[in-house]
Amino acid sequence: MTSQAETFAALQRYGEGAKLLAGGQSLVPALNLRLLSPAILIDINDVDELKGISLRANKLRIGALTRHAEIERAALIAEHAPLLKEAARHIAHPAIRNRGTMGGSLVNADPASELPACMVALGAEIVLASAAGERRVPGGDFFTGLYETAIAPGEILTAVEIPIARQNERYVFMELARRVGDYALVGIACQAEVVDNVLHDLKPAFFAVGTRPILASAAATRIIGRQIDAACLEEAAAALDEELAPINDLQASAAMRMHLARVLLRRAVAALLPELQHCLQTAARA
Amino acid sequence: MSERELSFMLNGEAVMLRVAPRRHLADVLREDLGLTGTHLGCEQGVCGACTVRVDGEIVRSCLMLAVQCEGSHVETIEGLSDSGEVADLQNAFRVRNALQCGFCTPGMIITADDLLRRQPSPSRDGIREHMAGNYCRCTGYHAIVDAIEATAEKRHRKGAVSD
Repeated sequence: MTSQAETFAALQRYGEGAKLLAGGQSLVPALNLRLLSPAILIDINDVDELKGISLRANKLRIGALTRHAEIERAALIAEHAPLLKEAARHIAHPAIRNRGTMGGSLVNADPASELPACMVALGAEIVLASAAGERRVPGGDFFTGLYETAIAPGEILTAVEIPIARQNERYVFMELARRVGDYALVGIACQAEVVDNVLHDLKPAFFAVGTRPILASAAATRIIGRQIDAACLEEAAAALDEELAPINDLQASAAMRMHLARVLLRRAVAALLPELQHCLQTAARA
Repeated sequence: MSERELSFMLNGEAVMLRVAPRRHLADVLREDLGLTGTHLGCEQGVCGACTVRVDGEIVRSCLMLAVQCEGSHVETIEGLSDSGEVADLQNAFRVRNALQCGFCTPGMIITADDLLRRQPSPSRDGIREHMAGNYCRCTGYHAIVDAIEATAEKRHRKGAVSD
């Protein structure tokens, strides 16, 4: 395919039996393992409308075909969405980052992958298009379940639009994995506005602790607008029990994941507020 | 599935062949083109043994369909060996015993060369991070990190002399 219009026509013609091929770093392993056997692959790598990173008004628009390696290196992303640059470093390995695409990662919606959580933390809008036109879905509503998204048959993800980082904004991205580049056991992406050592507008998005990225709002309300100390942090970490739903698998038990999520929340808040290092250090180390 | 015409540059030479669209690049390199230096370990992107260069960037040849290489420049360990481009790395691996069975070595050499082209003086942690996607079941990795570090130092000294 060389255009969106051609892609829509192909999707219409081949229907559910067809799969879009972008970077192929999740799709091709599934083909190799015979987990999927679509009758038709629609290669969208030459669709220029899906490429490019640009600033539009106060938003950074990132095309769906942007590869993870480009996210790591693009100056516009480093300046306006530094959380994504940090996250990209954690995605698989260099050879995979050279092929894998942002759009592919988002529509695949693996609950342990990095970029979906970033979209939730950044308040991104996911741009979807079909022959019928374009629509936008907030990042928080796009991921609906295990490998499930709000994308409808016949639609493709064309780009994301991210509000650009503000003056007082700080970000943190952390993940725990057994080996560099492995899927996370638990991860957190968050961004917050920091004024006088108080966090505002904090959106801690966890991944690998449920069927989709989870915004820990209950924990956030115990942090936002407060003078943070170790006790307050403990209260927030305890609140995670209500909102995260990790599972047992070969990598880690649910209880271990819960524990690690609490550890990451404490570490993330401490990293957002290095000025309070003296009183948060002990809490973050646990 | 009907076959497709495919043409690309392979280690500097133009190749043309017919392949089924469903076949990945590693199979086509090995079975159709006879270049068996590209190894297949896991076929799911985890082990790194099939790493090759496409248009100057390292990729997993098991995770790219051969037909996606239309018009591209593909470089395999055979090409990089023949040109002498990685001779110093190969020698350092040999001297430091950074291989035993050799199955992972082509992928290790290509990935290590990619690192040294981007970061001429990587730290040991930096080497480990870049190489984390390449499995070796023989060496325990220390010797591989040593060989890459030694090559980086040698290349750096050479660069300094010619400046």
